[in-house]
Amino acid sequence: MNVSLTRQQHLELYYYMKLNRMLEEQMERLFRQNKIVGGLYSSLGQEATSVGTAYALELRDWMAPMIRNIGALLVKGFKPRDIFTQHMARYTAPTLGKDGTSHFGDLKERHVVSPISMLGDLIPVMAGVAMAGRYLGQKIVAMTWIGDGGTSTGAFHEGMNLAAAQRAPFVCVVENNQWAYSTPVRFQVPLRDLADRAKAYGISSYIVDGNDVVAVYTTSKEAVERCRAGEGPILIEAKTMRMKGHAQHDPAEYVPQEMVEYWKARDPIIRYEQYLTEKKLWDPKTKAEIDARIERELQEEQEFAENSPLPPPELAEQGVFCEGCHTIEAQWERPIEEVMPPKSSVRPEWTVKNFGGIEVVEGRTPAPTVGLSGDGRKPPARAVGKKAKSGKTVGRSKVRR
Amino acid sequence: MAQVTFLEAIRQALFEEMERDPTVVLLGEDVGVYGGAFKVSAGLLERFGWERVIDTPISETAIIGAAVGMSYAGLRPVAEMQFIDFIACCFNQLTNFVAKSHYRWGAPVPMVVRGPSGGGVHGGPFHSANPEMYFVHTPGLKVIYPSTAYDAKGLLKSAIRDNNPVLFFEHKFLYRRIKEEIPAEDYTVPIGKAAVRREGRDLTIISYAAMMHTSLEAANLLSKEGIEAEVMDLRTLYPLDREAILASVRKTNKLLVVHEDTRTGGIAGEIAAIVCEEAFEDLDGPILRVTSLDTPVPYSPPLEERFLPNAEKVAAAARELARF
Repeated sequence: MNVSLTRQQHLELYYYMKLNRMLEEQMERLFRQNKIVGGLYSSLGQEATSVGTAYALELRDWMAPMIRNIGALLVKGFKPRDIFTQHMARYTAPTLGKDGTSHFGDLKERHVVSPISMLGDLIPVMAGVAMAGRYLGQKIVAMTWIGDGGTSTGAFHEGMNLAAAQRAPFVCVVENNQWAYSTPVRFQVPLRDLADRAKAYGISSYIVDGNDVVAVYTTSKEAVERCRAGEGPILIEAKTMRMKGHAQHDPAEYVPQEMVEYWKARDPIIRYEQYLTEKKLWDPKTKAEIDARIERELQEEQEFAENSPLPPPELAEQGVFCEGCHTIEAQWERPIEEVMPPKSSVRPEWTVKNFGGIEVVEGRTPAPTVGLSGDGRKPPARAVGKKAKSGKTVGRSKVRR
Repeated sequence: MAQVTFLEAIRQALFEEMERDPTVVLLGEDVGVYGGAFKVSAGLLERFGWERVIDTPISETAIIGAAVGMSYAGLRPVAEMQFIDFIACCFNQLTNFVAKSHYRWGAPVPMVVRGPSGGGVHGGPFHSANPEMYFVHTPGLKVIYPSTAYDAKGLLKSAIRDNNPVLFFEHKFLYRRIKEEIPAEDYTVPIGKAAVRREGRDLTIISYAAMMHTSLEAANLLSKEGIEAEVMDLRTLYPLDREAILASVRKTNKLLVVHEDTRTGGIAGEIAAIVCEEAFEDLDGPILRVTSLDTPVPYSPPLEERFLPNAEKVAAAARELARF
């Protein structure tokens, strides 16, 4: 797939990454001033992965961020004030102060599902979103992120396997930032590449340099469009580095200094600035203008948050149940008759088909538009091809299909 | 009016709701071609097709997770646990993802989790559970546990139409043992309303599910001895019908709670607390409980009989209470 970016898009990628970083720097200052109520989790060094993946989605597509995907939330249209107020537990926050951090979403406009702290659980949820979107005839893709650590959960496996069995339009971004809190990836997973997890599900995978925003974007865009076309789930491993501790309280002294230096030299924003200059996509004036705009915006947004009230105590008692407030309507983009009798009626039996010389039991088609392997349409794409060499920068991207 | 079993009433509810609303889908293990381990979903795949009756991998966490995602996108999924014991496998999805969703960020989760529960059929420690109280204790979930075919159908329809996550327990002892005439036309039974199954003046027996029938049996024994027990069927465990409970206690002044769930942390404790807080002056005796033992559900028939309440155990407690 030939994926290209306009100059405007190039500059937008810079804007979101820089906004991501400066927003978090601002929040660190607020944290030191005791203005952040709970914990603060940094995505320093991972901005290219958050922004580049989310930038490949359309507004109609669904995503569920993780704690370090502030950049993805910004790309999907949330404002810095949403992040500030969430962390400062204000009444003006998207969750009105009931939850913090990136734990918020928007089902109706931006199609963003709120994460929970337990890792892996978003995978089956987003598989379900993808299945529902296909059922309703929408051409949507669902995306979520998971860390290297989160891929060890049972929920990750169950969700990936269900998505693959259903060939749901679902993109899973494994954000390999080398550390699960204090435990390095090689002590969690006996694999050089986490993309190899995809083999267990018979799905395609990519490995990409997570600190190269253009590579992340082009890889993600290709994956999203393959998914949208009905190829089933795709896994992207973005190799990157968590440049701070697990959260503000963690100085991360367990990270070897040479590892920090290695990744510092590959800072995604500095690299991208050099790229934009080399490609003559901007000049110092443009950069200064964007930076000034971000600074101005952040100042206003922070003031809004700081001037916002805390929630009234009685709010604690409200909203456990939804009584009369449910307004999520199924958006049908196919004739409803297709899923209603008599059109929906089938012979409820498995059939045996010759599939690649092997007799396999098949006989179901989860959706009329998408083939299941062995239903007479094309078999699933297998993850084969070049492997990224460990310890080296993996170029612009290694695509495995 | 046709005679239908408890199981058939549930099947009819699923069938009619899927017929009525194209956003209703069913997912679970072996619910499609096989029609479910107990045949509750028999015939649904044939009528509604592969997209609406989904055979899943053996992945309870993924079943619940996918159902949440579907509900966010506007569907009303019904997720089956092949046996309700396996709901423990998706405890995290239910208690952390599903239950907190609306409170945390205003995202409603209109989904139903249903499955066969309860003992008395020699299913052993992993096919007999009554795990309702884990979920009654979790804010954000509604919990239904019917005892009649009429209620099972009407409450399951209400659950599917509700905008909140509802856990629907189907006592498998009742599946084919009870039969009733139920109306042919569409009807619902409101969630959160108890029903008085037998009027009485001497004491109140509160129960639900299979134990409601045991309590009625005990009431008939007691009646021969001149003790008239009022038998109340909770039907819904959360939200609990406090008004109905208090009204009956204020009438009879004595309360016995009977449940098949184990003793410690069972709903009897919660009901006793409510009555003590709200109607202490009306009580003429202690609040008594007849429950299962605080053990796993044993397999061998004499062990399971010892474990479970029965009409004689209920009647004995009622006689003791009637003496006050």
